[in-house]
Amino acid sequence: MVGAIGFWGWVGIVVLKAVIILIFVATAAAYMSYAERKVSARIQLRHGPNRVGPLGLLQPLADVVKLFFKENTAPKGRERFLFLLAPSIAGAVAIFAFAAIPVNGPTTIGSFTLHWDLIHVNVGLLFILAMTSLGVYSIFLGGYAANSKYSLLGGLRSAAQLISYEMAVAFAIMGVIILSGSLDMEQIVTKQTGLWFIFLQPLAFFLYFIAGLAEGNRLPFDLPEAESELGAGYHTEYSSMKFAFYFLAEYINMVIICSIATTLFLGGWLPPFAFLSFIPGVIWYLVKISLLLFTMIWIRFTLPRFRYDRLMNFGWKVLLPLGLMNIVVTGVVIALRAA
Amino acid sequence: MLKEIAQGMAFTLRQMFRKPITLNYPEEQKPTFPRHRGRHMLHRYDNGLERCIGCELCAGACPVGCIYVLPAENDPEHPVSPGERYAARYEINLMRCIYCGYCAEACPTEAITLGPRYDLADYRREHTVVTKDELLESWPSFTTGGAKPSVLGAGADQRGHEKLESGVDPVKAWDAFEESHIHPDEATPGHGGLEVTPPTVKRTGSGEGESR
Repeated sequence: MVGAIGFWGWVGIVVLKAVIILIFVATAAAYMSYAERKVSARIQLRHGPNRVGPLGLLQPLADVVKLFFKENTAPKGRERFLFLLAPSIAGAVAIFAFAAIPVNGPTTIGSFTLHWDLIHVNVGLLFILAMTSLGVYSIFLGGYAANSKYSLLGGLRSAAQLISYEMAVAFAIMGVIILSGSLDMEQIVTKQTGLWFIFLQPLAFFLYFIAGLAEGNRLPFDLPEAESELGAGYHTEYSSMKFAFYFLAEYINMVIICSIATTLFLGGWLPPFAFLSFIPGVIWYLVKISLLLFTMIWIRFTLPRFRYDRLMNFGWKVLLPLGLMNIVVTGVVIALRAA
Repeated sequence: MLKEIAQGMAFTLRQMFRKPITLNYPEEQKPTFPRHRGRHMLHRYDNGLERCIGCELCAGACPVGCIYVLPAENDPEHPVSPGERYAARYEINLMRCIYCGYCAEACPTEAITLGPRYDLADYRREHTVVTKDELLESWPSFTTGGAKPSVLGAGADQRGHEKLESGVDPVKAWDAFEESHIHPDEATPGHGGLEVTPPTVKRTGSGEGESR
Protein backbone atom coordinates (compact mmCIF):
# COMPACT_ATOMS: atom_id res chain seq x y z
CA MET A 1 0.00 0.00 0.00
CA VAL A 2 2.85 2.34 0.88
CA GLY A 3 5.22 1.20 -1.84
CA ALA A 4 4.05 2.92 -4.98
CA ILE A 5 3.71 6.47 -3.73
CA GLY A 6 6.15 6.63 -0.86
CA PHE A 7 5.41 7.27 2.78
CA TRP A 8 4.54 10.97 2.54
CA GLY A 9 2.34 10.42 -0.47
CA TRP A 10 0.45 7.82 1.51
CA VAL A 11 0.11 10.15 4.51
CA GLY A 12 -1.07 12.95 2.22
CA ILE A 13 -3.78 10.77 0.70
CA VAL A 14 -4.96 9.55 4.09
CA VAL A 15 -5.16 13.09 5.45
CA LEU A 16 -7.02 14.25 2.35
CA LYS A 17 -9.49 11.38 2.65
CA ALA A 18 -9.92 12.09 6.36
CA VAL A 19 -10.75 15.73 5.68
CA ILE A 20 -13.21 14.81 2.95
CA ILE A 21 -14.90 12.22 5.16
CA LEU A 22 -15.11 14.64 8.07
CA ILE A 23 -16.71 17.30 5.90
CA PHE A 24 -19.07 14.77 4.32
CA VAL A 25 -20.10 13.31 7.67
CA ALA A 26 -20.70 16.70 9.28
CA THR A 27 -22.68 17.97 6.30
CA ALA A 28 -24.65 14.77 6.03
CA ALA A 29 -25.54 14.88 9.72
CA ALA A 30 -26.56 18.54 9.51
CA TYR A 31 -28.72 17.97 6.47
CA MET A 32 -30.21 14.84 7.98
CA SER A 33 -31.70 17.09 10.63
CA TYR A 34 -33.07 19.27 7.85
CA ALA A 35 -34.42 16.27 5.95
CA GLU A 36 -35.98 14.88 9.07
CA ARG A 37 -37.79 18.12 9.82
CA LYS A 38 -38.87 18.55 6.22
CA VAL A 39 -40.14 14.99 5.77
CA SER A 40 -41.90 14.99 9.12
CA ALA A 41 -43.51 18.28 8.18
CA ARG A 42 -44.84 16.91 4.91
CA ILE A 43 -46.12 13.76 6.59
CA GLN A 44 -47.96 15.94 9.10
CA LEU A 45 -49.24 18.31 6.39
CA ARG A 46 -47.00 21.17 7.49
CA HIS A 47 -44.46 23.21 5.54
CA GLY A 48 -41.35 22.59 7.65
CA PRO A 49 -38.38 24.94 7.87
CA ASN A 50 -38.49 27.44 5.01
CA ARG A 51 -37.25 30.70 6.50
CA VAL A 52 -33.44 30.52 6.39
CA GLY A 53 -32.21 30.55 2.80
CA PRO A 54 -34.04 29.16 -0.22
CA LEU A 55 -36.40 26.36 0.91
CA GLY A 56 -34.88 26.70 4.36
CA LEU A 57 -31.70 25.02 3.15
CA LEU A 58 -29.48 27.10 5.42
CA GLN A 59 -31.44 26.04 8.48
CA PRO A 60 -28.78 23.54 9.70
CA LEU A 61 -26.20 26.34 9.57
CA ALA A 62 -28.42 28.56 11.66
CA ASP A 63 -28.95 25.69 14.11
CA VAL A 64 -25.20 25.19 14.48
CA VAL A 65 -24.66 28.89 15.12
CA LYS A 66 -27.45 28.82 17.67
CA LEU A 67 -25.99 25.81 19.47
CA PHE A 68 -22.57 27.46 19.60
CA PHE A 69 -23.92 30.51 21.34
CA LYS A 70 -26.17 28.69 23.78
CA GLU A 71 -25.39 28.98 27.44
CA ASN A 72 -23.45 25.96 28.62
CA THR A 73 -25.24 24.81 31.74
CA ALA A 74 -24.24 21.78 33.76
CA PRO A 75 -25.81 20.20 36.84
CA LYS A 76 -24.24 20.37 40.27
CA GLY A 77 -22.72 17.15 41.60
CA ARG A 78 -21.87 15.80 38.16
CA GLU A 79 -18.83 13.66 37.47
CA ARG A 80 -16.85 16.41 35.83
CA PHE A 81 -14.49 14.32 33.75
CA LEU A 82 -17.05 11.77 32.57
CA PHE A 83 -19.58 14.50 31.90
CA LEU A 84 -17.16 15.99 29.41
CA LEU A 85 -15.87 12.68 28.10
CA ALA A 86 -19.25 11.14 27.24
CA PRO A 87 -20.30 13.48 24.42
CA SER A 88 -16.78 13.43 23.05
CA ILE A 89 -16.96 9.63 22.78
CA ALA A 90 -20.33 9.93 21.06
CA GLY A 91 -19.03 12.27 18.39
CA ALA A 92 -15.63 10.67 17.88
CA VAL A 93 -16.79 7.07 17.74
CA ALA A 94 -19.49 7.84 15.25
CA ILE A 95 -16.96 9.44 12.93
CA PHE A 96 -14.40 6.63 13.47
CA ALA A 97 -16.84 4.04 12.20
CA PHE A 98 -17.03 5.89 8.94
CA ALA A 99 -13.33 5.29 8.30
CA ALA A 100 -13.88 1.76 7.05
CA ILE A 101 -16.88 2.28 4.80
CA PRO A 102 -16.03 2.00 1.11
CA VAL A 103 -18.02 4.57 -0.81
CA ASN A 104 -16.61 3.42 -4.14
CA GLY A 105 -14.69 0.51 -5.62
CA PRO A 106 -10.90 0.57 -5.53
CA THR A 107 -9.40 2.69 -8.30
CA THR A 108 -6.09 1.60 -9.81
CA ILE A 109 -3.76 4.35 -11.00
CA GLY A 110 -0.61 2.74 -12.39
CA SER A 111 0.76 0.45 -9.73
CA PHE A 112 -1.11 2.27 -6.96
CA THR A 113 -4.55 1.15 -5.80
CA LEU A 114 -6.66 3.90 -4.29
CA HIS A 115 -9.16 2.65 -1.75
CA TRP A 116 -12.10 4.92 -1.15
CA ASP A 117 -12.40 4.13 2.52
CA LEU A 118 -10.08 6.02 4.82
CA ILE A 119 -8.12 3.03 6.10
CA HIS A 120 -8.57 -0.16 4.17
CA VAL A 121 -8.55 -3.00 6.68
CA ASN A 122 -9.34 -6.58 5.76
CA VAL A 123 -11.64 -6.93 8.78
CA GLY A 124 -13.46 -3.65 8.07
CA LEU A 125 -16.83 -5.00 9.13
CA LEU A 126 -15.48 -6.06 12.49
CA PHE A 127 -13.90 -2.63 12.95
CA ILE A 128 -17.17 -0.86 12.21
CA LEU A 129 -19.12 -3.10 14.58
CA ALA A 130 -16.55 -2.49 17.29
CA MET A 131 -16.78 1.27 16.82
CA THR A 132 -20.57 1.44 16.75
CA SER A 133 -20.68 -0.70 19.90
CA LEU A 134 -18.45 1.81 21.67
CA GLY A 135 -21.27 4.32 21.24
CA VAL A 136 -23.08 2.74 24.17
CA TYR A 137 -20.36 4.05 26.49
CA SER A 138 -21.11 7.62 25.56
CA ILE A 139 -24.79 7.18 26.30
CA PHE A 140 -24.34 5.23 29.48
CA LEU A 141 -21.56 7.41 30.87
CA GLY A 142 -23.44 10.55 29.89
CA GLY A 143 -26.51 9.32 31.73
CA TYR A 144 -24.47 8.30 34.76
CA ALA A 145 -22.28 11.41 34.99
CA ALA A 146 -25.11 13.93 34.86
CA ASN A 147 -26.40 13.20 38.37
CA SER A 148 -30.02 13.25 37.25
CA LYS A 149 -32.65 10.56 37.52
CA TYR A 150 -33.90 10.97 33.96
CA SER A 151 -30.41 10.76 32.58
CA LEU A 152 -29.58 7.71 34.64
CA LEU A 153 -32.75 5.88 33.62
CA GLY A 154 -32.13 6.78 29.99
CA GLY A 155 -28.57 5.58 30.25
CA LEU A 156 -29.57 2.29 31.88
CA ARG A 157 -32.22 1.62 29.32
CA SER A 158 -29.90 2.32 26.46
CA ALA A 159 -27.18 0.10 27.90
CA ALA A 160 -29.64 -2.79 28.10
CA GLN A 161 -31.17 -2.02 24.72
CA LEU A 162 -27.95 -1.59 22.81
CA ILE A 163 -26.37 -4.72 24.24
CA SER A 164 -29.37 -6.88 23.35
CA TYR A 165 -29.72 -5.47 19.86
CA GLU A 166 -26.00 -5.72 19.23
CA MET A 167 -26.54 -9.49 19.20
CA ALA A 168 -29.32 -9.21 16.67
CA VAL A 169 -27.13 -7.03 14.45
CA ALA A 170 -24.27 -9.52 14.67
CA PHE A 171 -26.50 -12.47 13.83
CA ALA A 172 -28.12 -10.67 10.95
CA ILE A 173 -24.73 -9.81 9.49
CA MET A 174 -23.42 -13.35 9.92
CA GLY A 175 -25.43 -14.59 6.93
CA VAL A 176 -23.71 -12.09 4.67
CA ILE A 177 -20.30 -13.03 6.04
CA ILE A 178 -21.01 -16.71 5.32
CA LEU A 179 -22.06 -15.88 1.78
CA SER A 180 -19.14 -13.62 0.98
CA GLY A 181 -16.57 -15.47 3.02
CA SER A 182 -14.92 -12.22 4.02
CA LEU A 183 -15.01 -9.36 6.52
CA ASP A 184 -13.47 -7.01 3.98
CA MET A 185 -16.10 -4.43 3.08
CA GLU A 186 -14.82 -4.04 -0.48
CA GLN A 187 -14.83 -7.78 -1.09
CA ILE A 188 -18.33 -8.10 0.31
CA VAL A 189 -19.53 -5.56 -2.23
CA THR A 190 -17.59 -7.11 -5.09
CA LYS A 191 -19.18 -10.50 -4.30
CA GLN A 192 -22.59 -8.91 -4.88
CA THR A 193 -21.94 -8.12 -8.54
CA GLY A 194 -24.98 -9.36 -10.43
CA LEU A 195 -27.02 -10.35 -7.42
CA TRP A 196 -27.30 -8.23 -4.31
CA PHE A 197 -27.35 -10.02 -1.00
CA ILE A 198 -30.76 -8.56 -0.18
CA PHE A 199 -32.22 -11.11 -2.61
CA LEU A 200 -30.32 -13.98 -1.01
CA GLN A 201 -30.76 -12.76 2.56
CA PRO A 202 -34.02 -10.79 2.70
CA LEU A 203 -34.68 -11.88 6.26
CA ALA A 204 -31.21 -10.83 7.36
CA PHE A 205 -31.74 -7.42 5.76
CA PHE A 206 -34.95 -6.88 7.69
CA LEU A 207 -33.40 -8.08 10.91
CA TYR A 208 -30.42 -5.82 10.40
CA PHE A 209 -32.53 -2.79 9.58
CA ILE A 210 -34.82 -3.25 12.57
CA ALA A 211 -31.92 -3.89 14.91
CA GLY A 212 -30.16 -0.93 13.32
CA LEU A 213 -33.06 1.33 14.23
CA ALA A 214 -32.67 0.17 17.82
CA GLU A 215 -28.90 0.62 17.68
CA GLY A 216 -29.31 4.18 16.46
CA ASN A 217 -31.94 4.96 19.12
CA ARG A 218 -34.48 5.70 16.46
CA LEU A 219 -38.20 5.47 16.82
CA PRO A 220 -39.93 3.08 17.40
CA PHE A 221 -36.98 2.03 19.59
CA ASP A 222 -35.93 5.40 21.02
CA LEU A 223 -36.43 4.35 24.62
CA PRO A 224 -33.19 5.86 25.95
CA GLU A 225 -34.59 9.28 25.18
CA ALA A 226 -38.31 8.64 25.34
CA GLU A 227 -39.25 12.27 25.80
CA SER A 228 -42.67 11.70 27.27
CA GLU A 229 -41.23 9.60 30.09
CA LEU A 230 -37.65 10.67 30.57
CA GLY A 231 -37.36 14.28 29.56
CA ALA A 232 -34.61 13.90 27.00
CA GLY A 233 -33.16 10.69 28.42
CA TYR A 234 -29.42 10.44 28.71
CA HIS A 235 -28.80 13.93 27.33
CA THR A 236 -31.34 15.73 29.53
CA GLU A 237 -28.63 17.67 31.35
CA TYR A 238 -26.51 18.46 28.31
CA SER A 239 -26.65 21.83 26.61
CA SER A 240 -24.85 23.86 23.99
CA MET A 241 -22.09 22.08 22.06
CA LYS A 242 -22.10 19.07 24.36
CA PHE A 243 -25.67 18.46 23.33
CA ALA A 244 -24.71 19.18 19.74
CA PHE A 245 -22.22 16.33 19.88
CA TYR A 246 -24.91 13.86 20.93
CA PHE A 247 -27.19 15.25 18.29
CA LEU A 248 -24.48 14.96 15.64
CA ALA A 249 -23.63 11.44 16.78
CA GLU A 250 -27.24 10.33 16.46
CA TYR A 251 -27.45 11.49 12.86
CA ILE A 252 -24.00 10.18 11.95
CA ASN A 253 -25.02 6.84 13.42
CA MET A 254 -28.05 6.84 11.17
CA VAL A 255 -25.82 7.46 8.16
CA ILE A 256 -23.48 4.68 9.28
CA ILE A 257 -26.27 2.16 9.84
CA CYS A 258 -27.61 2.91 6.38
CA SER A 259 -24.11 2.73 4.92
CA ILE A 260 -23.54 -0.70 6.42
CA ALA A 261 -26.93 -1.88 5.19
CA THR A 262 -26.10 -0.55 1.73
CA THR A 263 -22.68 -2.19 1.69
CA LEU A 264 -23.83 -5.54 3.01
CA PHE A 265 -27.17 -5.97 1.32
CA LEU A 266 -27.69 -3.41 -1.44
CA GLY A 267 -24.44 -3.84 -3.34
CA GLY A 268 -22.67 -0.73 -2.06
CA TRP A 269 -21.41 1.31 -4.99
CA LEU A 270 -22.63 -1.18 -7.61
CA PRO A 271 -25.31 -0.03 -10.04
CA PRO A 272 -28.57 -2.02 -10.02
CA PHE A 273 -28.09 -3.03 -13.67
CA ALA A 274 -24.81 -3.49 -15.51
CA PHE A 275 -25.65 -0.99 -18.26
CA LEU A 276 -25.93 1.81 -15.67
CA SER A 277 -22.28 1.43 -14.66
CA PHE A 278 -21.29 4.68 -16.41
CA ILE A 279 -22.68 6.54 -13.38
CA PRO A 280 -19.94 6.79 -10.73
CA GLY A 281 -20.18 4.40 -7.80
CA VAL A 282 -20.27 7.21 -5.26
CA ILE A 283 -23.55 8.39 -6.75
CA TRP A 284 -25.10 4.93 -6.42
CA TYR A 285 -23.86 4.70 -2.89
CA LEU A 286 -25.39 8.09 -2.03
CA VAL A 287 -28.69 7.23 -3.71
CA LYS A 288 -28.95 3.98 -1.78
CA ILE A 289 -28.17 5.45 1.62
CA SER A 290 -30.56 8.33 0.94
CA LEU A 291 -33.37 5.88 0.30
CA LEU A 292 -32.61 3.99 3.50
CA LEU A 293 -32.32 7.22 5.49
CA PHE A 294 -35.67 8.34 4.13
CA THR A 295 -37.15 5.03 5.22
CA MET A 296 -35.79 5.60 8.72
CA ILE A 297 -37.42 9.02 8.94
CA TRP A 298 -40.59 7.66 7.41
CA ILE A 299 -40.74 4.90 10.03
CA ARG A 300 -40.11 7.41 12.78
CA PHE A 301 -43.16 9.42 11.88
CA THR A 302 -45.40 6.41 11.40
CA LEU A 303 -44.86 4.01 14.26
CA PRO A 304 -45.34 4.69 17.96
CA ARG A 305 -42.69 3.87 20.54
CA PHE A 306 -42.35 0.34 21.94
CA ARG A 307 -42.90 -0.35 25.59
CA TYR A 308 -39.67 -1.28 27.34
CA ASP A 309 -40.53 -4.90 28.17
CA ARG A 310 -41.86 -5.47 24.67
CA LEU A 311 -38.68 -4.06 23.22
CA MET A 312 -36.66 -6.56 25.21
CA ASN A 313 -39.00 -9.41 24.33
CA PHE A 314 -38.85 -8.49 20.67
CA GLY A 315 -35.08 -8.38 20.69
CA TRP A 316 -34.44 -11.63 22.52
CA LYS A 317 -37.44 -13.70 21.52
CA VAL A 318 -38.05 -12.67 17.93
CA LEU A 319 -35.00 -11.07 16.34
CA LEU A 320 -32.40 -13.35 17.91
CA PRO A 321 -34.08 -16.70 17.06
CA LEU A 322 -34.79 -15.49 13.55
CA GLY A 323 -31.17 -14.46 13.17
CA LEU A 324 -29.98 -17.85 14.39
CA MET A 325 -32.37 -19.60 12.04
CA ASN A 326 -31.04 -17.50 9.20
CA ILE A 327 -27.47 -18.50 9.99
CA VAL A 328 -28.36 -22.19 10.17
CA VAL A 329 -30.31 -22.18 6.90
CA THR A 330 -27.61 -20.19 5.11
CA GLY A 331 -24.90 -22.48 6.43
CA VAL A 332 -26.78 -25.64 5.47
CA VAL A 333 -27.48 -24.40 1.96
CA ILE A 334 -23.85 -23.37 1.46
CA ALA A 335 -22.63 -26.72 2.77
CA LEU A 336 -25.07 -28.69 0.58
CA ARG A 337 -24.07 -26.75 -2.54
CA ALA A 338 -20.41 -27.32 -1.78
CA ALA A 339 -20.96 -31.04 -1.30
CA MET B 1 -49.23 -6.96 12.87
CA LEU B 2 -47.24 -6.64 9.65
CA LYS B 3 -50.39 -5.74 7.75
CA GLU B 4 -51.15 -2.89 10.14
CA ILE B 5 -47.61 -1.57 9.92
CA ALA B 6 -47.79 -1.65 6.12
CA GLN B 7 -51.12 0.19 6.26
CA GLY B 8 -49.65 2.84 8.51
CA MET B 9 -46.59 3.28 6.34
CA ALA B 10 -48.73 3.59 3.22
CA PHE B 11 -50.85 6.19 4.93
CA THR B 12 -47.95 8.40 5.96
CA LEU B 13 -46.45 8.08 2.49
CA ARG B 14 -49.73 9.22 0.97
CA GLN B 15 -49.85 12.16 3.36
CA MET B 16 -46.50 13.33 1.99
CA PHE B 17 -48.00 14.07 -1.40
CA ARG B 18 -50.85 16.15 -0.08
CA LYS B 19 -50.79 19.90 0.11
CA PRO B 20 -49.84 21.19 3.55
CA ILE B 21 -52.81 22.63 5.37
CA THR B 22 -50.78 25.15 7.31
CA LEU B 23 -50.05 28.63 5.96
CA ASN B 24 -46.79 30.59 5.81
CA TYR B 25 -48.27 32.93 8.36
CA PRO B 26 -47.04 36.48 8.02
CA GLU B 27 -47.02 36.32 4.21
CA GLU B 28 -50.08 34.17 3.80
CA GLN B 29 -53.03 34.80 6.00
CA LYS B 30 -56.24 32.98 6.26
CA PRO B 31 -59.04 35.27 5.10
CA THR B 32 -61.23 36.06 8.03
CA PHE B 33 -64.82 34.95 8.13
CA PRO B 34 -67.03 37.65 6.60
CA ARG B 35 -68.61 38.50 9.93
CA HIS B 36 -65.29 38.40 11.80
CA ARG B 37 -64.96 41.14 14.42
CA GLY B 38 -61.35 42.25 14.27
CA ARG B 39 -59.78 45.68 14.59
CA HIS B 40 -62.07 48.64 14.02
CA MET B 41 -62.25 50.71 10.87
CA LEU B 42 -63.60 54.24 10.37
CA HIS B 43 -65.35 54.65 7.02
CA ARG B 44 -66.04 57.54 4.63
CA TYR B 45 -68.89 58.56 2.33
CA ASP B 46 -68.60 58.24 -1.45
CA ASN B 47 -67.50 61.86 -1.72
CA GLY B 48 -64.71 61.31 0.76
CA LEU B 49 -66.30 62.97 3.77
CA GLU B 50 -65.88 61.15 7.05
CA ARG B 51 -68.94 59.36 8.28
CA CYS B 52 -68.12 60.02 11.92
CA ILE B 53 -69.96 63.04 13.29
CA GLY B 54 -68.32 63.00 16.70
CA CYS B 55 -71.51 62.11 18.58
CA GLU B 56 -69.67 59.89 21.09
CA LEU B 57 -72.46 57.30 21.10
CA CYS B 58 -69.86 54.60 20.48
CA ALA B 59 -67.90 55.70 23.52
CA GLY B 60 -71.13 55.60 25.52
CA ALA B 61 -72.09 52.15 24.28
CA CYS B 62 -68.67 50.69 24.91
CA PRO B 63 -68.90 48.34 27.91
CA VAL B 64 -65.22 48.68 28.77
CA GLY B 65 -64.82 52.36 27.96
CA CYS B 66 -61.96 51.89 25.54
CA ILE B 67 -63.09 54.52 23.00
CA TYR B 68 -62.11 58.14 23.33
CA VAL B 69 -63.68 60.73 21.00
CA LEU B 70 -62.84 64.43 20.99
CA PRO B 71 -65.49 66.21 18.91
CA ALA B 72 -64.86 69.52 17.16
CA GLU B 73 -67.07 71.95 15.18
CA ASN B 74 -66.96 71.59 11.40
CA ASP B 75 -65.62 74.51 9.39
CA PRO B 76 -68.53 75.23 6.96
CA GLU B 77 -66.06 76.07 4.16
CA HIS B 78 -64.08 72.84 4.47
CA PRO B 79 -66.22 70.32 6.33
CA VAL B 80 -64.62 67.10 7.49
CA SER B 81 -67.95 65.34 7.98
CA PRO B 82 -71.44 66.19 6.71
CA GLY B 83 -72.76 66.92 10.22
CA GLU B 84 -72.20 69.84 12.58
CA ARG B 85 -69.32 68.20 14.31
CA TYR B 86 -66.57 65.72 13.50
CA ALA B 87 -64.13 63.66 15.53
CA ALA B 88 -60.93 65.64 15.96
CA ARG B 89 -59.44 62.73 17.87
CA TYR B 90 -60.65 59.18 17.82
CA GLU B 91 -58.68 56.66 19.86
CA ILE B 92 -59.33 53.04 20.78
CA ASN B 93 -57.38 51.19 23.42
CA LEU B 94 -57.06 47.75 21.87
CA MET B 95 -55.74 46.28 25.11
CA ARG B 96 -59.11 46.96 26.68
CA CYS B 97 -61.41 46.37 23.73
CA ILE B 98 -63.38 43.14 23.92
CA TYR B 99 -64.46 43.26 20.26
CA CYS B 100 -68.15 43.07 21.14
CA GLY B 101 -69.20 45.33 18.29
CA TYR B 102 -71.54 47.51 20.37
CA CYS B 103 -69.82 50.61 19.01
CA ALA B 104 -70.78 49.60 15.48
CA GLU B 105 -74.36 48.94 16.56
CA ALA B 106 -74.63 52.27 18.37
CA CYS B 107 -73.23 54.31 15.49
CA PRO B 108 -75.99 56.31 13.80
CA THR B 109 -73.98 56.89 10.60
CA GLU B 110 -72.38 53.44 10.31
CA ALA B 111 -69.01 55.12 10.53
CA ILE B 112 -67.32 52.51 12.69
CA THR B 113 -67.26 48.78 11.99
CA LEU B 114 -65.11 45.92 13.10
CA GLY B 115 -62.75 44.87 10.33
CA PRO B 116 -60.88 41.69 9.42
CA ARG B 117 -57.52 42.53 10.97
CA TYR B 118 -56.44 40.37 13.87
CA ASP B 119 -52.64 40.65 14.02
CA LEU B 120 -52.68 43.27 16.73
CA ALA B 121 -49.73 42.38 18.92
CA ASP B 122 -47.05 45.00 19.32
CA TYR B 123 -43.76 45.52 21.08
CA ARG B 124 -44.85 48.69 22.83
CA ARG B 125 -47.89 49.17 24.99
CA GLU B 126 -48.44 52.70 23.63
CA HIS B 127 -48.81 51.35 20.13
CA THR B 128 -51.81 49.31 21.11
CA VAL B 129 -53.83 52.53 21.43
CA VAL B 130 -54.82 53.14 17.83
CA THR B 131 -55.47 56.68 16.68
CA LYS B 132 -57.75 58.09 14.03
CA ASP B 133 -54.95 58.06 11.42
CA GLU B 134 -54.71 54.31 11.74
CA LEU B 135 -58.42 53.62 12.01
CA LEU B 136 -59.64 55.85 9.20
CA GLU B 137 -59.54 54.57 5.68
CA SER B 138 -57.06 56.56 3.65
CA TRP B 139 -58.30 58.81 0.90
CA PRO B 140 -58.63 57.27 -2.51
CA SER B 141 -58.97 53.64 -1.51
CA PHE B 142 -61.83 53.57 0.91
CA THR B 143 -65.08 51.79 1.35
CA THR B 144 -68.33 53.35 2.28
CA GLY B 145 -68.86 51.14 5.25
CA GLY B 146 -72.23 50.09 6.46
CA ALA B 147 -73.43 47.33 4.20
CA LYS B 148 -70.27 45.17 4.22
CA PRO B 149 -68.83 45.29 7.69
CA SER B 150 -65.49 43.68 6.92
CA VAL B 151 -64.61 43.96 3.27
CA LEU B 152 -61.21 42.41 2.72
CA GLY B 153 -58.50 44.69 1.51
CA ALA B 154 -60.56 47.74 2.23
CA GLY B 155 -58.28 49.90 4.31
CA ALA B 156 -54.81 50.89 3.19
CA ASP B 157 -53.40 49.89 6.54
CA GLN B 158 -54.51 46.30 6.42
CA ARG B 159 -51.23 44.54 6.72
CA GLY B 160 -51.40 41.02 5.47
CA HIS B 161 -54.31 41.53 3.13
CA GLU B 162 -52.36 43.55 0.55
CA LYS B 163 -52.34 40.61 -1.83
CA LEU B 164 -56.11 40.53 -1.99
CA GLU B 165 -57.52 43.05 -4.39
CA SER B 166 -59.59 45.74 -2.83
CA GLY B 167 -63.26 45.03 -3.08
CA VAL B 168 -62.90 41.24 -2.95
CA ASP B 169 -66.13 39.69 -1.80
CA PRO B 170 -65.27 38.32 1.64
CA VAL B 171 -67.71 35.44 1.32
CA LYS B 172 -66.09 34.30 -1.93
CA ALA B 173 -62.61 34.68 -0.47
CA TRP B 174 -63.61 32.53 2.46
CA ASP B 175 -65.17 29.87 0.27
CA ALA B 176 -62.11 29.79 -2.00
CA PHE B 177 -59.86 29.32 0.99
CA GLU B 178 -61.92 26.50 2.37
CA GLU B 179 -62.01 24.78 -1.00
CA SER B 180 -58.26 24.97 -1.50
CA HIS B 181 -57.34 23.82 1.98
CA ILE B 182 -60.01 21.35 2.91
CA HIS B 183 -60.07 18.38 0.62
CA PRO B 184 -63.51 17.70 -0.77
CA ASP B 185 -62.81 14.03 -1.48
CA GLU B 186 -62.68 13.32 2.21
CA ALA B 187 -65.74 12.48 4.18
CA THR B 188 -64.10 13.73 7.35
CA PRO B 189 -61.33 16.29 7.04
CA GLY B 190 -58.03 15.03 8.39
CA HIS B 191 -58.60 11.35 7.73
CA GLY B 192 -56.96 11.50 4.32
CA GLY B 193 -59.54 9.31 2.65
CA LEU B 194 -58.90 6.50 5.09
CA GLU B 195 -62.01 4.58 5.87
CA VAL B 196 -63.10 5.19 9.40
CA THR B 197 -65.25 2.60 11.05
CA PRO B 198 -67.23 4.08 13.88
CA PRO B 199 -66.78 2.10 17.07
CA THR B 200 -69.61 -0.31 17.74
CA VAL B 201 -70.97 -0.18 21.23
CA LYS B 202 -72.12 -3.44 22.70
CA ARG B 203 -75.36 -3.03 24.53
CA THR B 204 -76.12 -5.36 27.37
CA GLY B 205 -79.76 -4.42 27.91
CA SER B 206 -82.47 -4.48 25.25
CA GLY B 207 -82.28 -0.92 24.05
CA GLU B 208 -83.07 0.52 27.41
CA GLY B 209 -80.22 2.96 27.23
CA GLU B 210 -81.60 4.55 24.08
CA SER B 211 -85.07 5.32 25.41
CA ARG B 212 -83.68 7.38 28.22
